[in-house]
Amino acid sequence: MSHDPLADVIGPDDPGSPYDADSLLIGDDAHWAFGTDFEDPLAGVDTTLPDGVDPAELAEYCLMLGDDALVLSQRLSEWCSRAPDLEEDVALANIALDLLGQARLLLARAAAADPGCVPDLPPSSPVPPEDALAFFRDDREFRNVHLAEAPRGDFGEAVTRLVLLSSWRLALLGRLRESSDPVLAAIAAKGVAEVTYHRDYAARWFVTLARGTDESRRRLASAIAVLWPLVPELFAAHDIEVRVAEAGAGVEPAAVLDEVTGVLDQVFDAAGLERPAIDLRPHARQRGRDGVHTEAMGLLLAEMQVVARAHPTGVW
Amino acid sequence: MTVVEAEWPLYEVFVRGKRGLNHVHVGSLHAADDAMAVRHARDVYTRRNEGVSIWVVRADAITASSPDEKDPMFAPSGDKVYRHPTFYTLPDGVPHM
Repeated sequence: MSHDPLADVIGPDDPGSPYDADSLLIGDDAHWAFGTDFEDPLAGVDTTLPDGVDPAELAEYCLMLGDDALVLSQRLSEWCSRAPDLEEDVALANIALDLLGQARLLLARAAAADPGCVPDLPPSSPVPPEDALAFFRDDREFRNVHLAEAPRGDFGEAVTRLVLLSSWRLALLGRLRESSDPVLAAIAAKGVAEVTYHRDYAARWFVTLARGTDESRRRLASAIAVLWPLVPELFAAHDIEVRVAEAGAGVEPAAVLDEVTGVLDQVFDAAGLERPAIDLRPHARQRGRDGVHTEAMGLLLAEMQVVARAHPTGVW
Repeated sequence: MTVVEAEWPLYEVFVRGKRGLNHVHVGSLHAADDAMAVRHARDVYTRRNEGVSIWVVRADAITASSPDEKDPMFAPSGDKVYRHPTFYTLPDGVPHM
């Protein structure tokens, strides 16, 4: 990749960054307050495309995984200042930022694999390709599952959504570490530790709410009822996912069904709740992977994209 | 049904940095129980790669010296310079010092 997205996010050499060696905030490595030794997950990774995978299909596959993370990240960011407690506010924002980081790497990989998938911007625009993908595509071009875009809901819904999506994503990322695309494998390896924590965080709250008060249990049950119809889509393979999986670079969603239901059974068991069955009949599925989205998606994108679209040549 | 407390108890947080030898007090937070306090501490106090180990303790479990006793507690040691080893001049012949 010509543009390394992590250099901007982390870069110890980035001038003006609080992690700058000359900054007042750091300098003494033994000081506890700010960490050091940040790692670039793509350092030393071969970025050439693997053999046997169609670059355009690999790009689309990366968009699917990247859009799941991006859209869920945007939904979770909405909790900023709205969470039940300051500590939960920070926790949810951390999770949103983890996912934003995954999205950035995945969209950058999509752009590198197939530059044709990046929206056209004025030649003078300094917007990097992964930002062009995030901020200048319309909803029909987004490939995320509906569970990521569903309206924010209450804290019970936030926790339930995160239990479902992180259990599923962790299973996918775990297998993607063996991807024939070394970049995808490295992104997955970085993501596994992050999503493991997300799942742990959400599962603890799930059990706490289920075994808390009558009100918390009632709210959790209603969250499950609202979100469960969006679960079948997670295990419905799109043609692109099937082909990229066959080529050794991806994971077919149906392959993680047993692993995910096993995890969910444990969580529901601990919560003293019965896990609803997953309706795998084709008509039960949403079609987010085809770019078919709900009204909530349009509103989410409007809020997320408005500033970038107003200033396509802006420098931040 | 269990009694619902309006406010979660306060915890004090100690973090050991990568190269730090001891846990250092970094702040406090609220949590419903010990396990949640460790997770909150991870989320609030180690998000910038600060730590490799966390201790939490309920604030009400800490016994502290009182500010009212400051003078009798600490002032007497203020002029006892001879309690520092550097106060003493060592003869050149003393080994291993």
